Order: sequence, then C-alpha cells, then structure tokens
Amino acid sequence: MAPSLEQYKTEFESAQRRRRTAESAQQTRMREDALSRFLELGFPTTRQEEWRFTSVAPIASQSFTLAAPAVDAGPVDVTPFRFRDVCAAELVFVDGHFAPALSTRSALLGCVRAGSLAAAVSAHASEVETHLGRVAPFDRSPFVALNTALFADGAYLHIPAHTVLEHPIHVLFVSTGGGAAPLQSHPRVLAVLGDNSQASIVESYAGPGGARYFTNVVTEIVLGQNAVLDHYKLQQESADAFHIGTVYLKGARSATCASHSVSLGGALVRNDVVAVLGGEGGGCTLNGLYLADGQRLVDNHTTIDHVMPHCGSREIYKGILADRARGVFNGKIIVRPDAQKTDAKQTNRALLLSEDAQVNSKPELEIFANDVKCTHGAAVGQLDEDAVFYLRSRGLDRSEARRLLIHAFAGDVLNRMPLESIRIGVEEILQRQLAHALDAAA
Amino acid sequence: MLKVRNLHARVAGREILRGIDLSIQHGEVHAIMGPNGSGKSTLARVLAGHPEYEVTEGEVLFEGEDLLDMDPEERARAGLFLAFQYPVEIPGLNNAYFLKAALNTMRKHRGEEELDAMEFMTLVRERMKQLDIDEAFLNRPVNEGFSGGEKKRNEIFQMAVVEPKLGILDETDSGLDIDALKIVANGVNAMRSAERTFLVVTHYQRLLNYIIPDVVHVLTDGRIVRSGGKELALELEDKGYGWLEEPVRG
Repeated sequence: MAPSLEQYKTEFESAQRRRRTAESAQQTRMREDALSRFLELGFPTTRQEEWRFTSVAPIASQSFTLAAPAVDAGPVDVTPFRFRDVCAAELVFVDGHFAPALSTRSALLGCVRAGSLAAAVSAHASEVETHLGRVAPFDRSPFVALNTALFADGAYLHIPAHTVLEHPIHVLFVSTGGGAAPLQSHPRVLAVLGDNSQASIVESYAGPGGARYFTNVVTEIVLGQNAVLDHYKLQQESADAFHIGTVYLKGARSATCASHSVSLGGALVRNDVVAVLGGEGGGCTLNGLYLADGQRLVDNHTTIDHVMPHCGSREIYKGILADRARGVFNGKIIVRPDAQKTDAKQTNRALLLSEDAQVNSKPELEIFANDVKCTHGAAVGQLDEDAVFYLRSRGLDRSEARRLLIHAFAGDVLNRMPLESIRIGVEEILQRQLAHALDAAA
Repeated sequence: MLKVRNLHARVAGREILRGIDLSIQHGEVHAIMGPNGSGKSTLARVLAGHPEYEVTEGEVLFEGEDLLDMDPEERARAGLFLAFQYPVEIPGLNNAYFLKAALNTMRKHRGEEELDAMEFMTLVRERMKQLDIDEAFLNRPVNEGFSGGEKKRNEIFQMAVVEPKLGILDETDSGLDIDALKIVANGVNAMRSAERTFLVVTHYQRLLNYIIPDVVHVLTDGRIVRSGGKELALELEDKGYGWLEEPVRG
C-alpha cells in the first residue's frame, strides 16, 4: 500500500470507532468493502484514460484530516452562500457535518423528508439502504469508494409520490478549511423522487478564500416514473481547494431530469455526471458552465446512458478559461441495443481569454442501436474580434464589449437554468472573477 | 461635415483604397456605387475604424476632428454610425440590453441624461413601429437566428434609436425583398434632416429609387472615378460599370 493511502485507512478506523453504534451491519459492511476497493484502486494516474489530462497528485501527495463533529462547527459565516430566494428547506453542513442550528425547514413540507442522511440511516434504515450505494457504484471509481467508506453525513431528500414542491430545497456544504491541518470531507447526497413527483434541488459547495482543503462528494438521485427534477450543483469552493464530485442519476419510465453544473472555484476540480435513462420515454438535460483562471484546472466528465427506447438527451457545456487555466471536457453518450429512437444532442464550447489557457475536449459516442439520432459539436476559440468591433461601433469601449461578450457566452447556458436567483448570483460571481482577466487583456 | 483627402488603406497587406477624396456637407445624402471588389465596403469599414484595416496615407475630418485618430467607440460617440453589411450574431446577448447599454453610453458622452427603463422602452417602441419590427424581437439575442432581411432591418432600427450625425449604410439593400427594402428606405428617409448626413454604399441602383441621393460617386479599383447627380445611378444601371474603366476625376 502506498504511504499516502495509509492515512485514509487510519482515518477510516477512527471514524468507524466514533460511529459504530449508529449504523446497521449492512451499512458497515458496505463501508468496509468500499475502503478495501479504494485501497486496491489507489488514486488514479494520468496513465488511465479517464484521468489522462487531470493529475490528482496534489491531492494524493498531501494529508488531510477528517473533520470531527462539534469541534469544527464553530462560528462560520454562511450568509454569503445562503439561497437568495424562498426555499422549502435549507440544510447546512459544516465540514461535512449537519448543522441544524444553521438550517431551516419550512413547515409546508409535510411528508417530504429533508434532513441529515446519517440520521435517516438509523431512523429509516430500510428506506435509505434500498438506494444508498446502489445508484453510484464504488467498484470502478476510487473517489466514489473513498466517499462511501468515509462519509460522515450529508442530505437525505425524499419526495413522496404525487408530491409537487413549489420551492427549491437548498443543500449547502461549507468547508472551514482547517488552517494548518487541512481538512477532508466526503459529503453524500441521496435524493429519491417518487412517481409523479416534482422538485428543484440545489447543492452548493463553498469555502473561505485561500483555504486549502479536500471535498469529495457523491450525489445519488433516483427518479420514479414520470418524476420531474431540476437539479443544480453550484461549486464555489476556495480557489486553493480540491473538489471531486460525482453525480449519479437514474430515471424510471418518462422521468425527466435537468442537471445544471456551475463550477466557479477550486484549484483542482473534477465533476463526473452519470445519467442513466433506465425507463422508456425519459429525458435528461445536462447543462454546464465552468470558469477557471490563474493556474486552476476544471475537468468535467459526463456520461449519458440511453438504456431504454424513446429517450431524449440534451447537453450543453461551456467553459471560460483565463490566464494559464486548463479545462477538460469529456462527454460520453452510450446508446444501448434496446434504446431505439434515441434522440441525443451534445454541444461543448470553450472560450479562451489568454494565449496560455487551454482546453482538452472529447466527445465519445458509443452507439449500439440502429434507429437513433445523435449529434455532437465542439468549438474552442478566443473572443470573436468581429463581435468586439460590432459592439465598439455602437459606442461601447473595448473592455465593456469584451465583458458583454463573455457574459453573453455564459448567458447562453445560464438562460437555460429556470431558477432566477441562481442565474443572478452566478452572473455576479462571474463579473467579480473575470474583472482581472479582462483588465489584463485590455 | 465629412472630408476625406487622399485616403489609402490596406487589409492583410493588400492595398484596397488608393486615394479617395470625398467631401460631404450637412444634410446631404451621398451614394457610393461600384462593382464588386472596388473598395466600397472597405471605405465604410475604414471610416468606422475596423481594426483589420490599416490606413497608410491621407486624412479624414469629421466635424473638423481627426477621425482616424479615434477608436471605433469614440467615432460612434461622436455621431458616426455604420449599418453593417453582415451584422454579427451574438447568442446570449439580449437585444434590448445591448441597445440600452449602447444608447446610454452615447448619451453620457454627449452630456445627456441616461434613459431609464421606461423612457428607453417608449423610445424603442416608437422606432420599432416605424420599421415594422415585432416587439418580441427585443428579447431575442442580437441577430441570432435572424433572417438576412431582419438583420438589415435591425441595423436601421439601431440607427434610428441612437440618432447619429452620419449614417453609413454598407450594402443595406443586398438580400432584401422589395417590401423590406421600402421599409428600410422609409426608416432612413424619416431620419433625413438638415443636420443628418448619409453615406449609402450600394451595388445596385434599386435602393436609390427610394433613398434619393444628392450626389452619386462611382468607385472602381480603390478610387472615385466619377461623381454626379442622381442621374448617374440610372446611367450605371443602364450601361453597367464597364464604360467607366478610364479613371476620370469628377
């Protein structure tokens, strides 16, 4: 075993001692299996195709401490990251531990469950264990395995059949960083939507500027028949943090899901989204917007797996890269032999604001059915100088023209996100983060 | 109001304008005609300050100021407007937002109050009506998915909103059907006044049936080879450009 893996084994053992009483034997066995799998796989290297452009050596070579509960839930200002609009519930987690005092839950929720996953694991064991770890398999990914072994807590959201939530549920994971002893946390989210239900779920990840910590999250989403979900993942970690995130979605017949990923922070970021269209007539939309400056790296890997016939998928990912930042996009679409009449469309674009920024992008289509419609398009480029001139000829100065064009580029993705407060919030963050990149280019 | 003296310009190392002289008074409409590749559109773009074109010789005075010394945005703020031959599509940028930003920037530089949302909408609705433009258009991204005719109409609409001193129309008529052409021409004619000047660049005489010019210039091979009244346009329509091969200063 590599020395760097040893620390995770030690962390696992102390975490298990802390929690042993609360979990079922099945749960404990899953954690142990996941740890063994992680120790077997180790951290990925760039020799693996899935990680070719993204070296996780900065994570593997450091040590991170698992945050203990209570000790670290000190005074944390979560105000800037709170949801700006009315929400049905806002669940706040500090370094991966549920902070009930910072959380709110509207009385209107009725039979909807929205709360701590750790609590649900003991209170509703069979309900939770039906799905937990079964949507996101840990045998193939070391990070999913590590999360499964180590997660302390997270959100459990259960929307019963025929329930329509008017307002979104916000799940906010805030890291404190840990200062001299950098912290790791492994938040877990499980969302289960019953048949004919409808909800909007927003996951946010944030931390204090300058803090170096490691967040490794896994989200599992199960959609019943005809369920409708609007899902957001807003990543605004510290610019020095490491963020690895995996979202697994599984839809039954006629279920519709849109998953929007906005990735703004982090020194090294990897987002995996896997959507399995497992029932006839289902639909899925994946929208992504990422921004990186400095020497940061953002890697988005998406997989849309068309298992059953008559499903549609739409995907658009856009990235804005300044300075010496790097972006990676890999979009895989699988059309299984039974998935006739599949209609899949993928677009990915990257805007490079400097000569030194770069992006590696690759669509991957694996089509095993013959009556399908699949298209993909990719484009990487600088700002269109003709467009800059067009705006200048209308009286706007060069930097204003560039700013408008960058926002237009992002707006094309943002405008597809139904929640207005997300759009406005992201616009503001973009404006702040891009200010220096624009000044440098002007 | 516009004086062009011995203007030479090149793009990608190739000389396109080879000594243009032109003088336009307030309130006049001048037409520039010429065959493909004669430099008509280059002249329009050089006047607007397109960065791809390099001026190698000559000068341009706009209201007595050195135009060539100004950035494109300064020219626009000084009152010059170019209606593009190929307007640029900008997905994600809302038409109304863009136009309001442009108009208010210009107003600010003219020392006028910026318009608030209500005042802006009132002005814009009136101009849209004149140009028979649907209101839904305001919430669409700039030029994205517009037909050729809609793009050209949008240019004239923008011009009607910002009310420049000099409007340069770069082949605004090409690709328009006769109905759209009349709408565009009516829009321009409604703006004609003793203070406002137009330079109409066109390949065909047709537009000049609706926008009657005071002076017609013929451009071939980067030089103005003939200037005359509106009859010159008709003569060109009749005889083509071939008979003007010998440069004659007009």
